[in-house]
Amino acid sequence: MNRTYTVSIYSENNIGLLNRISAIFLKRHINIESLTVSESEIENVSRFVIVAAMDEDQVRKIVGQLEKQIEVIKAYYHTDEETIYQETALFKIKSSLLFDERQIQNIIKQSNANIVTVARDFFVIEKTGRRHETDALYEELVPFGIMQFVRSGRIAVSKSEMNISALLREFQNA
Amino acid sequence: MRFQGYAFSCICDRCILQFGVTINNSMETLKEKLVETETRTTVKISGAEAVIHCLLEEGVDLIYGYPGGAIMPVYDELYKFRDKLHHVLTRHEQGAAHAAQGYARATGKVGVAIATSGPGATNLVTGIADAQIDSTPMVCITGQVARHLLGTDAFQETDIIGISTPVTKWSYQVTRAADIPKALAKAFYIARSGRPGPVLIDITKNAQFEEFDFSYKKCTAIRSYKPKPEINPAKIEEAAALINSAKKPFVIFGQGIILGKAEEELRAFIEKSGIPSAATVLGLSALPTEHPLHVGMVGMHGNYAPNILTNECDVLIALGMRFDDRVTGDLNTYAKQAKVVHFEIDPAEVDKNVKTHVAVLGDIKDTLAGLLPLIRENKHEDWHKEFKDRHAIEFEKVIKNDLFPEKEKLTMGEVMEKINKRTGGDAIVVSDVGQHQMIACRYARFNKTKSNITSGGLGTMGFALPAAIGAKMGAPEREVVAVIGDGGYQMTIQELGTIFQTRVPVKIVVLNNDFLGMVRQWQQLFFDKRYASTELINPDFVTIAKGYHIPARRVTRREELDEAINELIASEEAHFLEVCVEKEDNVFPMIPTGASVADCRLE
Repeated sequence: MNRTYTVSIYSENNIGLLNRISAIFLKRHINIESLTVSESEIENVSRFVIVAAMDEDQVRKIVGQLEKQIEVIKAYYHTDEETIYQETALFKIKSSLLFDERQIQNIIKQSNANIVTVARDFFVIEKTGRRHETDALYEELVPFGIMQFVRSGRIAVSKSEMNISALLREFQNA
Repeated sequence: MRFQGYAFSCICDRCILQFGVTINNSMETLKEKLVETETRTTVKISGAEAVIHCLLEEGVDLIYGYPGGAIMPVYDELYKFRDKLHHVLTRHEQGAAHAAQGYARATGKVGVAIATSGPGATNLVTGIADAQIDSTPMVCITGQVARHLLGTDAFQETDIIGISTPVTKWSYQVTRAADIPKALAKAFYIARSGRPGPVLIDITKNAQFEEFDFSYKKCTAIRSYKPKPEINPAKIEEAAALINSAKKPFVIFGQGIILGKAEEELRAFIEKSGIPSAATVLGLSALPTEHPLHVGMVGMHGNYAPNILTNECDVLIALGMRFDDRVTGDLNTYAKQAKVVHFEIDPAEVDKNVKTHVAVLGDIKDTLAGLLPLIRENKHEDWHKEFKDRHAIEFEKVIKNDLFPEKEKLTMGEVMEKINKRTGGDAIVVSDVGQHQMIACRYARFNKTKSNITSGGLGTMGFALPAAIGAKMGAPEREVVAVIGDGGYQMTIQELGTIFQTRVPVKIVVLNNDFLGMVRQWQQLFFDKRYASTELINPDFVTIAKGYHIPARRVTRREELDEAINELIASEEAHFLEVCVEKEDNVFPMIPTGASVADCRLE
């Protein structure tokens, strides 16, 4: 049964690794829904967060293939219930609406969104939350006209521990 | 002097790698230089020269390649070091890659191939893909356009890292000379450790010219890479309990035994437990063919008994093999009655195709050694009889006609049988891909390990001729017989030039049926005999061989065969033999694609 899995990868920060990782999904026709790469809690270690829909057998095999890559330190997979996850959306909107349409101010307040900047011609709203929350804000703002909309990939931390530091210490002591 | 034992980091200069300290052989050459330039405290050499020193440090004395613009600085150094590092000029880069594979497969050492940028690099790719799927340790070095030209569509620029990523164990582009030693140290470590595989190092031309302070330390560990999983003794105990309780246990061994140097451990295990054991194509020769417990080969054109009885065993013990689809046929009907024990070094292979009951991870030499004392002695005589009975059926319906035909036309099988007789089973048999390959794997006798060299996973036609060159150079004391079909032979036929130039005494047998035989067989069986583009109008192979000054002979009649094969094997130089065989013979037994091993067909 297909469901959404969050694949987390701790890796060395090397050119070309992204290619290797995406190829593993590509080869199995698994569509990557979102991919985020950032630094991790460990110095010089990168963290990938990849979201894709597949069944558990597939995700288990994919994690096996990922871990096989030389520069991958460790890979995990989790269901939505096993992670805390968020996405960020940015909405660029005409500045005049902020004054002409009082309703917009209410929408921003009620949705716990922030105004990032206000310029002469436009202002930018930022909303961080789960997909359905940014989607809801989007639906509310659409009638007023959105100049630009963008949403980030998912970032997620697992509820359970990922013992990368211990793993790396173990290597250094070996 | 800077080339003494200081730790350096990974190529990315970010992650921490541990490099062991080794004493440099090539340091002597460098020291000579140092004496010459007494006023200097460091020795600067070019990146190109560093490549040679790295190869010498790794114990390489033979490489295969083809020069070109972007790799010329390295070739210039090869000229300088030609008495220490022998370079074999092949006639095509694919030949260099396959020759390096043949060398690696015959010796267990890392094969090295070198090529220029662009087409030179892309021509290596087939060999790299072949090495990846057959777990062959290989390091490929390619030249690349200068760093400032990268991404400009420069002459002979190609993104070889991008192209080769899916078919390499690791790859890296070096753009600074100072990174060359670290990259190559890592390359050799990765290629040969754990489950071996091909590594590609792409070196820009500027990095080959640049001078830098050279130092070399072998790589012995990489923190993000665990070549061998830790052994869990509880799993070995579980495996032993299952094996001891089995009434009809069955072993399938793969190339993991050869790569893991576990031939003795395999033998000790099966001799103590008395378990009938079959090889995969790449596992052949890990156990002598004539061993009483060797029950043949599994797979699409494997033997009848081991295929059929795969679905009757109660415990299936897979040793260093990966349940390829050519072995299993339809997975939904594969060994469903059996408990599966899988000994494997690569955790990603466990439960990939066949669900296992007990997975014993680790280096198979160690895990089998751990298993042996826990195994109860057994004979399994009734169970062996089932193999013998089925073998008798196969002998009657297939083998007899293949090896001792009564029809007029020659068969591929009888040629193999004559080769066996003449070599006694001591030869390395290098086969190409197709009908002749399956016949060679079915009938060649192997007394020693590392004797069956063939393109198993990728099925690369054109593999055998260059691979035989590499095998013979790697194991000059052994007889090397390349058995090739008339189709595959013409895919790398130009390597006859390499044989002539190097005088490498390989023995070439072309089994000519004027067809792409395996495809024709499928067309006959599954496509209503519509022989689309499978018939070959062939040239005069004898004349071609003679054009390369290789003694050559053609045989069309049975009476000539014995003498021709005697002449072939007795020759101390390269020798070519074309045997014209029956045009439309088929290879049986056969498990059609998607069918169950239980539906192994004898005709």
